[in-house]
Amino acid sequence: MQVRPILATLHHHKLTTLLLLLQVAFTCAIVCNVVFMIAQRVAQMRSPSGVAENELVTIDSFDLQEAGNSIARHEADLAALRAIPGVRAAAAVDALPFNGNSWGNGIATIAQGPSRLVATAFDGSPGELDALGLHLVAGRDFLPEEYISVDSEHGYAGIDRVPAAIVTRALAQRLFPGQNPLGKSIYPGNSPARIVGVVDHLQQPTVSAGNDNENSTLFPMRLDTRDVEYVLRTAPAQRQRVLKDAAAVLDRLDGDRILQDPQTFEQLRADYFRRDRTMIGLLVASACGLLFVTALGITGLASFWVQQRTRTIGVRRALGATRGDILRYFQTENFLIVTFGIVPGIVLAVAINLTLMRYYELPHLPLLYLPVGAIALWALGQLAVLHPALRAAAVPPVVATRTV
Amino acid sequence: MFAYYLDLALRSLKRTPVLSALMVLAIGLGIGASMTMLTVLHVMTGDPLPGRSGMLYAPMIDARPLARGGSGQRVEEDSPDGFTWPDAANLLRARGADRQAAMSAGQVVVRPPAGDSHPFFERGEFATADFFAMFDAPFRAGAGWTAAQDDAHARVVVLNGELARKLFGNGSGVGRTVRLNDADFRVIGVLDDWRPQPAFYQQASGRVFGAADQVFLPLRTALDLKFHFTGHLSCWGSGGDDRQSDHCAWLQFWAQLGSVAKADAYRTFLAGYWRDQQTHGRLPRAEHAQLFGLMDWLAHEKVIPGDVRMQLWLALGFLFVCMVNITALLLAKFLRRSGEISVRRAMGARRRDIFIQLGIESALIGVSGGALGLLIAQAGLWSVRQRPEGYARLAQMDPSMLFGTLALAIAASLLAGLLPAWRACHVAPALQLKTP
Repeated sequence: MQVRPILATLHHHKLTTLLLLLQVAFTCAIVCNVVFMIAQRVAQMRSPSGVAENELVTIDSFDLQEAGNSIARHEADLAALRAIPGVRAAAAVDALPFNGNSWGNGIATIAQGPSRLVATAFDGSPGELDALGLHLVAGRDFLPEEYISVDSEHGYAGIDRVPAAIVTRALAQRLFPGQNPLGKSIYPGNSPARIVGVVDHLQQPTVSAGNDNENSTLFPMRLDTRDVEYVLRTAPAQRQRVLKDAAAVLDRLDGDRILQDPQTFEQLRADYFRRDRTMIGLLVASACGLLFVTALGITGLASFWVQQRTRTIGVRRALGATRGDILRYFQTENFLIVTFGIVPGIVLAVAINLTLMRYYELPHLPLLYLPVGAIALWALGQLAVLHPALRAAAVPPVVATRTV
Repeated sequence: MFAYYLDLALRSLKRTPVLSALMVLAIGLGIGASMTMLTVLHVMTGDPLPGRSGMLYAPMIDARPLARGGSGQRVEEDSPDGFTWPDAANLLRARGADRQAAMSAGQVVVRPPAGDSHPFFERGEFATADFFAMFDAPFRAGAGWTAAQDDAHARVVVLNGELARKLFGNGSGVGRTVRLNDADFRVIGVLDDWRPQPAFYQQASGRVFGAADQVFLPLRTALDLKFHFTGHLSCWGSGGDDRQSDHCAWLQFWAQLGSVAKADAYRTFLAGYWRDQQTHGRLPRAEHAQLFGLMDWLAHEKVIPGDVRMQLWLALGFLFVCMVNITALLLAKFLRRSGEISVRRAMGARRRDIFIQLGIESALIGVSGGALGLLIAQAGLWSVRQRPEGYARLAQMDPSMLFGTLALAIAASLLAGLLPAWRACHVAPALQLKTP
C-alpha cells in the first residue's frame, strides 16, 4: 500500500489529524486504565471468602438483659437454633468476612517481640469451623478444653491467655515462610497461642485493595458480650425459611433482645460490594462513552474528507484505480492515524496508572493491557471508517469530468 | 447581520443533520457527566458550619510509641486514630482555648417510655460540656449540660429533634426521663434537628454523610456506664484495651479559637504540652503537635470517598475527549467550505466576519449541547440520589452550580469552536478561487 501519498495528505491536514491523534491517545490511555480498574474490582468482588457462602444465614442478637451469664445464654440460643429443622450447624461469632466488624491484633512471633502484622481475630463458640464451612487443610479443630472466655469485662483480656489458634494458609505463609506452621507459637497478646490448624481461606471482615485480606486468626474464645452474631448452616433452598424460623425461635426463647440484620451470607456480600457495583457500572459506561465518541469522531472526519476529495477520488478511479484501491486507501489512512495515536496513548496510559497508584490502592498496570487496548482501538478505527470508505469506493470515475 | 449568520449556521448544520446531532449529543454527555460529578463534589466539600467553621480547630497529639524500625518493618506514616483519654482530659483541664470539648461516637439502646414499642438502637455522640456552645448547635428547648455535670457523671441527655418527636410526640420532652441501655437519663435539651453535613466532629468514615446523631450525653457518664462506643480504637503495648488508659487512641478533640493569634498561641501551647509530657515519660515521639482548621481537617481526613474523586476525573476526561472530538469535526467541516469562505473573502468579507459567522455555528452546537448537558446532569443527579450512600440525598443542583453548568457549556463550546473558526478565517481569498 502506498503510505507516502497518505502521509502527504495527512500533512496537508496537520491540525485536524493532530486533534484526532490526541483523541485516540486519550481514549486509549483512559480506556486501558478503566478496563484495568474494572478487572481489579471484579477480582476483589469474586475473591473467595473461605466460608460456605450459599449455605449460611446470619442474624445479629443484642441482649437487653443487664449483667448475667452471656455465654450460657448464647449456648441456650444455639441449642434452640440447632433444633430448627434443616439446620446443620450453628455458632455464635463476632466476625465474618464482609461484615465490617473487625478486631485486629498485632501478631508477634516471639515473646514480647515486635508485632509483625495485624490480624483479625475470629472468635466464637465450639463448632464455628463446621458452621462456617471452613476448609481445614492441616492440623485439627480446637479441643473443648482449649476454649476460654473472651473476657470483654476486662478489656478483652482473653487474648492474653488463649492457648491455641487456627490461621489461614496465607497468614501462615507470611509469618513462617517455607516452614510448617503447625506447632509454632504466635503472640496475639501476652502469651503464646499454638497454631493447631490451617484453613485454606478466610477473608477479613473489611477488604482493602491490597493483598492482605487473609490476615485472619481463629481463636477458641467464647463471646461473653451482649452483642453476638449467630451463623446457621443449612441447605441453600432452605435459607429463607431457616432465617424466619431463627428469628421466631430466638424471640420465643427470650424476647428481651434486639434482633438485627437477618440475612443470607450472599446478601451480606452483595451489600458489602454495593458501591463497587455502582462504580463498575460507571466505569463501563465511561469506557463505552469514550469509545463511542472516538468512533463518532473517526466516522465524521472520514465522511468530511471523502466529500472533500470526491473529485480526486474520481480522477484516481478514471486513471485506473480500482474500488478496492480506494477502500484500502482510506483504511490505511485510518490505520496510520490510529497507530500514531496509540503510541503516545500507551505512554499516557502508563503515566495515568502511575498517578493513580499514588492516590489509590492500585497495582501496576499489567503490560498485556497495552497491546490489547491497541488492538481494540485499531478494530474500532477500522469499523468506524468502513462506512465512509465504502462511500468513497463507490464514487464513479465520471466525477472527474464534472466541474464543481 | 447576526440573524443572517444564524440562518447560515442553521443551514450548515441541517446539511449534516446526523453529524450535527451527534456533536450536540457528545458535548451534552460530556458536560452532563462532568456537572453531575462536580455538583456531587461541590455539595460534599461544603462548609458544615457556615460562620462558625473558621473558629474551629482540631488539634492532634500523637501518643503512640516510636515506630519500630526493625527488619522489614514499615514506619507508620499515618495519623493516630485520635486522642487518648489522658491527653484529652489534660487539654480540657488546661482550658487553653475559648472553648474545647472531647467526644466520641457511640450507640445506645433506647427504651421508649410507653413500654409498648420495642427498644431500638440509636446513634449518638458522647461529649463534654462545651460541645453545643462551641458548635453553635441550635436548641429547640432546654440547653446542654455544664462542666460540673460532666464531672459529676450526671445522667442527663440532649436529644435531636427526630428522636424527641418519636419518643414524646409534639411535647418538648425536656424534664422527661428516657431509659438508655440500663440507666435512666433526664432529658435536659432538645436540638432543632441539627444536622451538619458532613458530621465533621466524628472520626472520618463512610458515616459522616447522611443520618444525624440523635442522642448526646456526657462523655464521662458514658465511660462510667461502659456504654458502647463506635469507631476506631487503636491500642498499643500489652496493657489491654481500656478506653481510659494512656495507650488507646480513639477520642476526637475540638477547640474554638476566636482569632488567628489565638490559634498560633494554642499551637505553641500544644507543643509545650507535648514537651512537658515527655518530661513525665509520655509521648515518646518527637514533638509534632498539629492544629488543623475545620476545612483543612476534613481534607486531611479524606472525608470525600476516593471513588467520588475518581468519578469526577473520569467525567472530566470524557468531556476533554468530547471537546477534542468536536474541535476536529468542526475544523474538518469548516475547511471543507474553504471555497465558499474564499469567495466571501474575495467579495470583501473581513476575517472578523468569517470568524463571527463560523463562531456562531460553533456556539449553536455548544449552546444546544449545554442545554442537553443540563438535562443530562439533572438525570445524573437523580440517579446519584437513588444510590444508597449517605451523601446521595445532598446531590441537588444549587443556583451557583446551575450557573456553573451554563458557563462550562459555553466555555467548552467556545473553546471547541474558536480554533476551527480562527483557522478557517485565515483561508486566503485568491488562492481558493484559482482552482474550479
